[in-house]
Amino acid sequence: MSGRQNLFNRVWDLHTVGTLASGQTQLFIGQHLIHEVTSPQAFQMLRDRGLKVMYPERTLATVDHIIPTDNQARPFLDVLAEEMMSAVEKNCREFGVTLLNLNDSRQGIVHIVGPEQGLTQPGITLACGDSHTSTHGAFGCIAFGIGTSQVADVLASQTMALGRPKVRRVGVDGKLHPGVFAKDVILHIIRKLGVQGGVGYAYEFAGSTFDAMTMEERMTVCNMSIEGGARCGYINPDQTTVEYLRGRPLSPKGEAFELAAKWWLGLASQPDSEFDDRVDLKAEDIEPTVTWGINPAQSVGVNEAIGAVSDFPVGEQQGVREALEFMELKEKQKIRGLKIDVAFIGSCTNGRISDLREAAKVAQGHHVAPNVRALVVPGSQQVRVQAEAEGLHKIFEAAGFEWRAAGCSMCLAMNPDKLRGREICASSSNRNFKGRQGSPTGRTLLMSPAMVAAAAINGAVADVREMA
Amino acid sequence: MQKIEQITGTAVPLPLDDIDTDRIIPARYLRCVTFEGLGEHAFEDDRKQNSKHPFDDARYQGASVLVAGRNFGCGSSREHAPQALIRWGIKALIAESFAEIFFGNCTANGTPCVCVSEDAVRQLAAAVTANPQTAVTVDLATLQVRCGALAFPCTMPEGARKSLTSGQWDFLAQLVENEAGIKATAKRLPYMSNFSAVS
Ligand code: SF4
Repeated sequence: MSGRQNLFNRVWDLHTVGTLASGQTQLFIGQHLIHEVTSPQAFQMLRDRGLKVMYPERTLATVDHIIPTDNQARPFLDVLAEEMMSAVEKNCREFGVTLLNLNDSRQGIVHIVGPEQGLTQPGITLACGDSHTSTHGAFGCIAFGIGTSQVADVLASQTMALGRPKVRRVGVDGKLHPGVFAKDVILHIIRKLGVQGGVGYAYEFAGSTFDAMTMEERMTVCNMSIEGGARCGYINPDQTTVEYLRGRPLSPKGEAFELAAKWWLGLASQPDSEFDDRVDLKAEDIEPTVTWGINPAQSVGVNEAIGAVSDFPVGEQQGVREALEFMELKEKQKIRGLKIDVAFIGSCTNGRISDLREAAKVAQGHHVAPNVRALVVPGSQQVRVQAEAEGLHKIFEAAGFEWRAAGCSMCLAMNPDKLRGREICASSSNRNFKGRQGSPTGRTLLMSPAMVAAAAINGAVADVREMA
Repeated sequence: MQKIEQITGTAVPLPLDDIDTDRIIPARYLRCVTFEGLGEHAFEDDRKQNSKHPFDDARYQGASVLVAGRNFGCGSSREHAPQALIRWGIKALIAESFAEIFFGNCTANGTPCVCVSEDAVRQLAAAVTANPQTAVTVDLATLQVRCGALAFPCTMPEGARKSLTSGQWDFLAQLVENEAGIKATAKRLPYMSNFSAVS
């Protein structure tokens, strides 16, 4: 007899409404999240066709991408950003969708807010017009990043058309070395499997390394599934998941919570579950990892040298050459010691309270190097409040970091926080694409928040394990 | 919706790998509430840094087929990326492979993305570069890409191909139609009824 279904396939089947003429599945979406950037055109599509939002209580809106993190007075100085704010406000009002606006203490980056509020739950399907929706998979839900046409589909029908992906179990077992974080784990996975290794797959991250992780660490891992080409990534729900959700504002209450917990845990893949593919990696092989190139797979351990072009597979060599040229790095160069101009701690990958705690531990008693501009941007207002209650902002400010309001900020620089010219930024975000941080020629080095703090203090890429 | 079975036009070669959506349309152009005017900003930063960018090359103006490398459109879910390309004039894309969200966004806008082998990308790009006026045909009925004397098989997930060739790539209309099915599915999901607890 064949093994039991894995979580992905069980959840997929449960949410299948039917099969469309094209053969694709009409998939029910249990929770929809929206933000100001990818929703205005979707609401317009509904207006153009005279459609309503089918389940307005199943969509939650927040604002994050364009939010200034210093001066938040309305109207925003950026008239285009102000126009987008007005649009999301008007659309939510007219279509009956709850908006966590700037004046709401629950506002923040959409992928931080959902889990924080207890909206992201195991066994649901979740969609958001943002590729990092994969973050929510940390709870054992199936979470898809979608485009604007699909945002319209979900608003109008609470469903979308999708072909079923295959499922690859990405196993990591063992204990992480000190100074190695969830961010290093996912950077390592992407380095090993490639930026398009996940195309056609959902990734199940499983094994003792993930079992030992907190929910926040699991979110960091799942967040970057898309960077490995996988449409979504998830981790099976366990007791850690249940305890995280207990008592959250929007998670089930009382008897319902106990029933929910039972259902959630019952969905997890089992040892005999079948997968379309399996990969196994070892936690002990993972070092603090830093990207040197222009895609998230172009990374090395902090004490490792970038390879020679000829070390890479023939098909990748052109890309490696392009990356080295853009980054102004040489083959066989060490990443450690590379001077930085900017340090950015934040984003939906690493803008949670545990990330700020780790960075503050490193920053405490030190000072940011001269000529380095360093920013800490909490992922949500709740994270900001919590950090301030713990005095983390004081540690950062004393060390010379700027302490900002919640938003996406320099992860994609749609707000005023941007790199200038050829600046090099040590960043805890998720993308090192050319131009990603606001300057077309700016350069990004991805790493864990603790490593960013270490780089800020040293003025250059450093090994966080050697910080006193 | 229009049935999309075959696209023929001149092509623009961009045979690079891992072209991400930030490069296709830089984030600052996402500060908009409609997709209008995005066409002129397609690949803007790349074009500024490379005066010989194919999108600025006089020989490729008016092209409607884009020839790209591996993993085209990786990165964000921004539909602004296909919208920028479509508004620049692109009607079909040929590449070694595509990122999935980008692929889906193109399909939802009636723009086919077909995959060919690495070798076919190289040959197509060379043929188009040598003779920019050659017409390239993307044929979804026979799953073939043709360019002068060259012909290559191409692939496309069957669901997307069917929706385009049958003119049913407007998913919204189809999805909304099945309201009864949607309600029935919602009913059997325990979380939609608060786990039927009496609290
Ligand atoms: S923090 Fe960055 S990756 Fe995350 S949602 Fe915002 S812009 Fe996207």
